[in-house]
Parts: sequence; structure tokens; C-alpha cells
Amino acid sequence: MGLFDFFRKKNSSEVAMDRLKLLLVSDRANCSPEIMEKMKNDIIQVISKYMEIDLEGLEIQITQTESDGNNGSVPALCANIPITGMKGSGR
Amino acid sequence: MSEVIVITSGKGGVGKTTSTANIGTGLAKLGKKVALIDTDIGLRNLDVVMGLENRIVYNLVDVVEGNCRLNQALIKDKRYPELCLLPSAQTRDKTSVTPEQMKKLTTELRESFDYILLDCPAGIEQGFKNAIAGADRALIVTTPEVSAIRDADRIIGLLEANELKRHDLIVNRLRMDMVKRGDMMSIDNVVDILAINLIGAVPDDEGIVVSTNQGEPLVGNNTLAGQAYLNICKRIKGEEVPFLDLESGTGFMNKLKNLFRRG
Repeated sequence: MGLFDFFRKKNSSEVAMDRLKLLLVSDRANCSPEIMEKMKNDIIQVISKYMEIDLEGLEIQITQTESDGNNGSVPALCANIPITGMKGSGR
Repeated sequence: MSEVIVITSGKGGVGKTTSTANIGTGLAKLGKKVALIDTDIGLRNLDVVMGLENRIVYNLVDVVEGNCRLNQALIKDKRYPELCLLPSAQTRDKTSVTPEQMKKLTTELRESFDYILLDCPAGIEQGFKNAIAGADRALIVTTPEVSAIRDADRIIGLLEANELKRHDLIVNRLRMDMVKRGDMMSIDNVVDILAINLIGAVPDDEGIVVSTNQGEPLVGNNTLAGQAYLNICKRIKGEEVPFLDLESGTGFMNKLKNLFRRG
């Protein structure tokens, strides 16, 4: 990446790639955006019982991961939840 | 050992029929005995792309229903004595044939042909199920577009669910000038996303339109698309063939330009 690429608009093939990757994740998982949204809210509820989390920075998505044993790459639910503090730890 | 290969894509208009015609003709040129089956009942097209539309007497549904013998329905291509076409029926629909009947038909054809190619209809319904029923392997045709790749991904999933594990990808209608400017996904992009083996990449070529106009597949001739299809045929046979440099045209001026570019 060159210095000026920061200011560059993404070209259309990169846009296509990004859109496709997201699209195929939900297609392959057979999991609609509504279900993902519900799941996200449930996860927030559970985690919030124990930790303070940054809702803005929270991200969950289905990706591919290499499984240890059997059949190479499998779908995985990947949650990135920034913790801002522990509840009741007194700090 | 004969092989039954289904050519499929999910999305329509990406080049299944053109690919079937060219790969079938190419394999025949390489000395193999080839039968082409048009499984797109109700919308038959392989016959016109092959230039054999005037010679149809019986069709796929006639064979399945027992109105004629298989040999009566097979049209011999006079240009290649080892190449035959079983046309589809135009006035019937996909439910006229069952997957079991297709299996039986392909089994029968295995006795007299090296390769049996099935041109699959667009979609994932009955026609698709019929086409894949008797197949040993699949060629998935896609173009470097979001919609075609999405459908190809779905097809790959369905093939795997149907225990058809041998499948290879053909990326069709590539425009290297657009890829270079970043306005079209590259071969590598498409292969990365779909994560299956690439068996060939075919450039967008005016020659395809001309050859379809004339009813004569261009495989093997002096166009980039013709060479790309011939290479696919060789790879199907198991040969290792390096991928074409699609950026260079085959014309003299292009070669000259490349010489300077490389130099």
C-alpha cells in the first residue's frame, strides 16, 4: 500500500469482494441477519452480568476456522467484545 | 473408464451451454468418445450452440419414456464422428424426467462413451437434481460478478450435500483490462472466495458470439477463449497444463507489445 492509498476510494472489485464475503458468511451459515442480531443481544445480556463492555466496539460474525481434527475448515462464531471494566471487582 | 460430468452454475447466462459445447467438442478433438446431454427440458439450447438444431428427431424425454431407442435419439456430429448430442425436449417441463431415470440413462451411455457431459439448467430445482443424479464430477461455471459467485457458492454446498465431492471451477468472461483497473474481481479473488480447485479461466471473447452465430464451437482455434477451452479439456483428461496468460492477445501486435513490456 502506498502513502496515498489512505485517501484512495476503494475500487469496485474490492467493494465486490467485501460484499461477497459478508454475503457468503450468512448464506453458508444459513443464518439470517435477524437471528444474528437477536443472538448479539442475548450475548450482550449474559456478558453484561459479569463485565462492563463497550457496546460500540462489539462485533460478532461467522467466519471460517481450521478445526483440529476432522475436516479442515469449519464455520466458527467469532465474537470480539471489548471489556471496559469488571463488575463488582471494586476497581 | 468413462466419466459423467455435469456443467452447472446456479445462475443463468454465465456460459454453461457454451462451456458444455466447447468442452465436449474439445474432448472429441482430442480423440475421446463424447456424448452431450441437454438436460434443460423446455428451454433447449445446446443444439443451436452446436449447430445441430436441424437434425433433431427424438429427444431426451422420448428416450426416457421409451418412445425410441437411445441410439435413435443420439445425433452424430458429422464434423467429429465420435461426438454425439442427446437434445432436450422443447415442449415438456422438468418434471417429465426423474433423477432415477437420468441415472439409468447415464449408466447406459457409459458403455459406449468416454465422457458424458450434462448441460444443467439454471436454478436449484428439479432440473438441477436431474442433471446431477448420475454425475461423477461437476464443473461449476461462474463469472467474476457478485451474483454469479454467490449462486456458485450455493451450488457447491448443494453438490456436497448430494455427495458429489469432485468439483472444479471455471471462471468465465474475464476481462483483464477491467481486472487491471480494479473494476473486476481477479481469478485469484474468485478462487479465494469459493475455495475450490480452478480448472480453467476463459476470457470474454467476441469470438464466442461469432462461433455461437455460426453454430460451431471455437475450442482449439486461434483465439484466447479457444485455447482456454482446449486447456480445460486437457486438464479434464488429467494432463497438467499451465494456465494461459490472459493479458496477452494472440495477435501479432499484442505479442510485439508484450515483448516490449517484458523487455
